[in-house]
Amino acid sequence: MAINTNIEETSPELERLKKLYADKGFVVTSINNLINWARTGSLHWMTFGLACCAVEMMHVGTPRYDVERFGAAPRASPRHADVLIVAGTLTNKMAAALRKAYDQMPEPRYVISMGSCANGGGYYHYSYSVVRGCDRIIPVDVYVPGCPPTAEGLLYGLLQLQKKIRREGNIKR
Amino acid sequence: MSEQIEIAKAAIEKNCRLNDIDVNLGQLQLSVDPANLIQVIDFVKNDPSCEFKQITDIAGVDFPENEKRFEVIYHFLSFGFNLRLRVKTQISEVESLPSITSIFPAANWFEREAFDMYGITFTDHPDLRRILTDYGFEGYPLRKDFPLTGNIEIRYDEIEKKIVHEPVKLQQDFRNFDIQSPWEGTKYLDKEAKESE
Repeated sequence: MAINTNIEETSPELERLKKLYADKGFVVTSINNLINWARTGSLHWMTFGLACCAVEMMHVGTPRYDVERFGAAPRASPRHADVLIVAGTLTNKMAAALRKAYDQMPEPRYVISMGSCANGGGYYHYSYSVVRGCDRIIPVDVYVPGCPPTAEGLLYGLLQLQKKIRREGNIKR
Repeated sequence: MSEQIEIAKAAIEKNCRLNDIDVNLGQLQLSVDPANLIQVIDFVKNDPSCEFKQITDIAGVDFPENEKRFEVIYHFLSFGFNLRLRVKTQISEVESLPSITSIFPAANWFEREAFDMYGITFTDHPDLRRILTDYGFEGYPLRKDFPLTGNIEIRYDEIEKKIVHEPVKLQQDFRNFDIQSPWEGTKYLDKEAKESE
């Protein structure tokens, strides 16, 4: 389902339109680019802090790293959120709650798995009470490695997610 | 402080039926039979020379080789005299301990935790059910005979649209790292280096 998003480069017709309207106060672009711009520019993330990774996730929201530069604001309810950041160890007891939160999110929804524990169990891989990776419960878009990942690491993961959404370039839900 | 510890020790020795009493690392340590537990704990809480008014923790230990398999250790703090106290008692797998929730309401969740992790039962506990492990969990995870990885693992089933429980199937085998000390490194590496020379 790959749609070419670089219409500017390929279409001489679009170039002509752009030149025609550029100095008359209009911007010409494809609807795909417009939707992707809107979608990647407001990735509201749901805080699903489970362990120490949650502290790094909080740092991302503070002015020092300032994820709001990218239009991403923390939301407390899954019904308001576009991205679910699983930050920390997912235990068996919490798994049902995570799935419930994910199911409540509106489409299109994305998931970032943050840290070793969420990626594959990490330090607690052999434990009797820990899910060996949150992708056993919900589909994951971006894995951020680290224990815990730095705030920059998570920010980079979010940028990678934006890149992924842009590349998909798909308005289909 | 050391004077007060002697006063408290003398009072406990005089009024309680103990198996053993000792001062270890500046802290009192008692060993009692389960039958005398309530009386001892009631005494150390209310006696004016002890005043162990706060329960810090209830710990369990599993010794599978012992006839009385479980050791239960009650930790107390006396903020009046800045003293700490441990009360130890042993029970077998089939016996149960008297609950001390009538004396210390805070012991409620500690006893539930001991029940959850070791299967130690407490008589007259108001609400003895699991506290930390998953709903419907089977087994007692801190017993020595409980496997580290447990017996079941979970995943979300796309067809059934719910979380399913399955027997454990490890993708990554358990690894045994042969490292004496993380600073000195492994011995066999030195050996290999010598052989290659």
